[in-house]
Amino acid sequence: MKSCVIVFPGSNCDRDIATALEKMQFKNKMVWHKETALPKSDLIVIPGGFSYGDYLRSGAIAGKSIILDEVIKAANSGCLILGICNGFQILTETGLLSGTLLRNKKLKFINKDVNIKVMNNKTKFSSNYRLNQVLKINIAHNEGNFFTNEKHREQLKKEDLIAFKYCDEKGDISERVNPNGAMDNIAGIYNSKKNILGMMPHPERMIDEMISNTDGINLFKSLLN
Amino acid sequence: MEKLFQLNSKKNKLKFSVIVTLKKDVLDPQGKVVQNTLANLGMDNLKSIRQGKYFEIDVEEQDQVKAEEKVNQMCEKLLVNLIIEDYKIDKVK
Repeated sequence: MKSCVIVFPGSNCDRDIATALEKMQFKNKMVWHKETALPKSDLIVIPGGFSYGDYLRSGAIAGKSIILDEVIKAANSGCLILGICNGFQILTETGLLSGTLLRNKKLKFINKDVNIKVMNNKTKFSSNYRLNQVLKINIAHNEGNFFTNEKHREQLKKEDLIAFKYCDEKGDISERVNPNGAMDNIAGIYNSKKNILGMMPHPERMIDEMISNTDGINLFKSLLN
Repeated sequence: MEKLFQLNSKKNKLKFSVIVTLKKDVLDPQGKVVQNTLANLGMDNLKSIRQGKYFEIDVEEQDQVKAEEKVNQMCEKLLVNLIIEDYKIDKVK
């Protein structure tokens, strides 16, 4: 499976995701944001970081960069797109995913391992997980407070487009375990065709028992199926 | 000569301000913190504070309607996230 990772000035999880992809046997290429064409890819990853120093709004400037036109074209023709953290913010700024990510409710940058629950395991990104499986995945963000309008919120529920929700270690979803104030504890969402996933947690940080755990591996394994 | 140039460029330029604010229903934690801090400083008549952004934009255009349309495009394309923010354009004298 071929993948590529888009790199912006200020991206800082680009090499982490590249390492994860290569470990999982993806043939990966890095693409600088000024490129005007994408290498042939089955998966495009928009990595985490602080593209353009979060100027204006997180992801706003990167969302309007030249290469994003190509990413939008690829997305519309069914290519798989994964946006992690800042990548999720960029995807909402381009309009590929609806909603937006506001400043964390308590105004603090949060860097910790949290529990998230697999809400849909029938997608190309999640088929190797069990439904309602609880994963421990790292989050590291200042703007992860997912917000959207009522119409989209209803659509997310009705069409099963919520990928992950913040929960406790038993899988109970409550405000108490909501780290950033995200609407309905949402940690990640799909577009209606389910070929685009945006998520705040970092699965690429959870692929090696030596440094964390391996809860992120099945996301990449699902993609390989 | 330089003066003439400055005069000319001034004539072809229109200045606008854009104020971007969070929509009413959107939580504004920064505004809330500023409000609480001011209350702690003894500003007891303070009712509420919402924090926003301010842009000053010069447009090289003589026609005010056209210029304003351009600024509006700038807002919709980049400056404003229409899901959570409102904006107001004003002509600066």
